[in-house]
Amino acid sequence: MSTESIISMQGISKRFTTPVDLAGRLANLLGANHQPQTVHAVSDVNLAVIPGEVVGLVGESGCGKSTLGRMVAGIYEPTEGKISYQGKDMRLMTQTEARQASLSVQMIFQDPMSSLNPRMRVIDIVSEAPVYHGIIESAERGDYVATILKKVGLDPVFMQRYPHQFSGGQRARIGIARALAVNPKFLVCDESVAALDVSIQAQVLNLFMLLRQELNLTYLFISHDLGVVRHLSDRVVIMYLGCVVETAPAAELFDAPNHPYSQALLENVPTLKLRHKRFSSIKGEIPSPMNPPTGCHFHPRCPKAGPRCSVEQPVLRPISTGRQSACHLNDGGVG
Amino acid sequence: MGNVLEVSNLATYFETRAGTVKAVDGVSFAVGRGEVLGLVGESGSGKSVTGCAIMGLVDPPGRIVSGSIKLGGKELVGLDDQGMRAIRGKEISMIFQDPMMTLNPVLRIDTQMIEAIDAHEKTSKKAALARAQQALEKVGIPAAADRLKAYPHQFSGGMRQRVAIAIALLNNPSLIIADEPTTALDVTIQSQILAKMQELCADSGTALIWITHDLTVVAGLAHRVAVMYAGRLVETGFVDDVLDHPLHPYTRGLLRSLPSEGIPGQPLEQIPGMTPSLGRLPPGCAFAPRCRNATEICHRSSPEGTVFPNQRLARCHHPFDSVAQPVGLTER
Repeated sequence: MSTESIISMQGISKRFTTPVDLAGRLANLLGANHQPQTVHAVSDVNLAVIPGEVVGLVGESGCGKSTLGRMVAGIYEPTEGKISYQGKDMRLMTQTEARQASLSVQMIFQDPMSSLNPRMRVIDIVSEAPVYHGIIESAERGDYVATILKKVGLDPVFMQRYPHQFSGGQRARIGIARALAVNPKFLVCDESVAALDVSIQAQVLNLFMLLRQELNLTYLFISHDLGVVRHLSDRVVIMYLGCVVETAPAAELFDAPNHPYSQALLENVPTLKLRHKRFSSIKGEIPSPMNPPTGCHFHPRCPKAGPRCSVEQPVLRPISTGRQSACHLNDGGVG
Repeated sequence: MGNVLEVSNLATYFETRAGTVKAVDGVSFAVGRGEVLGLVGESGSGKSVTGCAIMGLVDPPGRIVSGSIKLGGKELVGLDDQGMRAIRGKEISMIFQDPMMTLNPVLRIDTQMIEAIDAHEKTSKKAALARAQQALEKVGIPAAADRLKAYPHQFSGGMRQRVAIAIALLNNPSLIIADEPTTALDVTIQSQILAKMQELCADSGTALIWITHDLTVVAGLAHRVAVMYAGRLVETGFVDDVLDHPLHPYTRGLLRSLPSEGIPGQPLEQIPGMTPSLGRLPPGCAFAPRCRNATEICHRSSPEGTVFPNQRLARCHHPFDSVAQPVGLTER
């Protein structure tokens, strides 16, 4: 599997630790016991993406989906585990290889206004990276940026403008153009359409699908919006509090979710077809990743939880071809 | 009529240096007791300004230019500050998208809730506290008595929104205006809040205006829906009618561009172009430049509201449904 996958993650974990501050350290001298706080953003995730695939990564806030995306894009270093690009461990690469690999994986962010430098013109935003990395000469950047802007559906005459002179949808396109400028093979899209209006969102989603065909791209598409993920993805990964709870081909997952959390999530998505619905919901809040519940992280909210769930953490195991789920119900029950 | 709220021909303009921005332009609708009206539109469509105008919260340079807002038969347009203050929070409450904007971060929840009761009636502190606790229990906050002593930052996002709802409910208003209150929340939490609102409105007969950009939420929650585009209502009607057989091309475009409704992997039907700037609207129908069915008349003159059977209204020269023949023109 790892030889043919474009990106593969093995046992990836990410922990953020807040050290004890000065006041805490002083208090510790006087006998207080302040410990550094650790957030388990992502714990022990295995995921392989094959070329040309669109993997949808779904979860609620604080589930670690963005952290995982950032590790794939090379913005964060994983605390544990290894990430391989085209079968090669990223940490064992030579400098040139590592640079090639990180150029091939690009990220598109949620809010284009905070990820585009407001004091740079579009031409500079889009051409900065390819010029720096020697993909194009500085002299030819005008033509280069024009072709890329056309690709994302923007008129090249806009290239001398600043980001604030564009609408939300156009800004999203600039963000995409910047990512495409270094000829990536793999795009990590972190909530890239979440801030857009429905009619504009449809335009950008169509653009993503078009680019996938034209440029043979692979996507890791991170979103909390199940409708978007269902529309775009071949395979869906559902995360809860730092762990993957289920992964399955999109069609199968939406037909018959296996994990109780996936079921709850799908049940609670409002759709056009459900009218005058009696909204009923799973109880409780998403726990803090600072101290996740023991055993299965979902057990305090799970309608099917049993004694075993609060003690033993279920592992992700295959339940049918291409499907994995982490629930004791698939493995001897919850009793 | 048993309507809690009747808005007719409401127009709210903002005078800016670039010219007059017609944020709300000739909007009419009514909400009955216990009814949920979904007010749907994209950003800049004027849906929030409509909500604020009803609450009397439009500040200069904005002003209500014309029209009437009647709450239980009483005219709100032109009411002085004192009169409006007596109504705000008592007869009409508003819930905003970000509860941190509604809640004062440096005051405890109990202080804020007692303040809301005190503003409208004289009660003992003890009685007010008891009512505050009841309200928190009603919206499903566990250990309400203890939580009253907490500060807003000690609550999670979903719980904070529940507190905001509890405050809105304190004085048993006849109308609640909710402006995108679940947009920032996670799916499972949104569903909890929707369930609560549904239950509370059904129990108390409070009318609810739910302002949102999300048609799927409206489908599950509302009885009737009103779609806004560029400051005007383009279509109103019962949820089933509007969502199953939209009359206006904009409504249809919105419905078809929802990814959850498309065939996975197939291109979505998209509305070309973008929402026009309210300061520079085209002379005819505001949607005409983006509309596939637009003809010469659409670019020339703005369509009137046409009434269709089953209390439906659409503002279009070429409405879709051939079955529903228009029954007449409204006065405007």
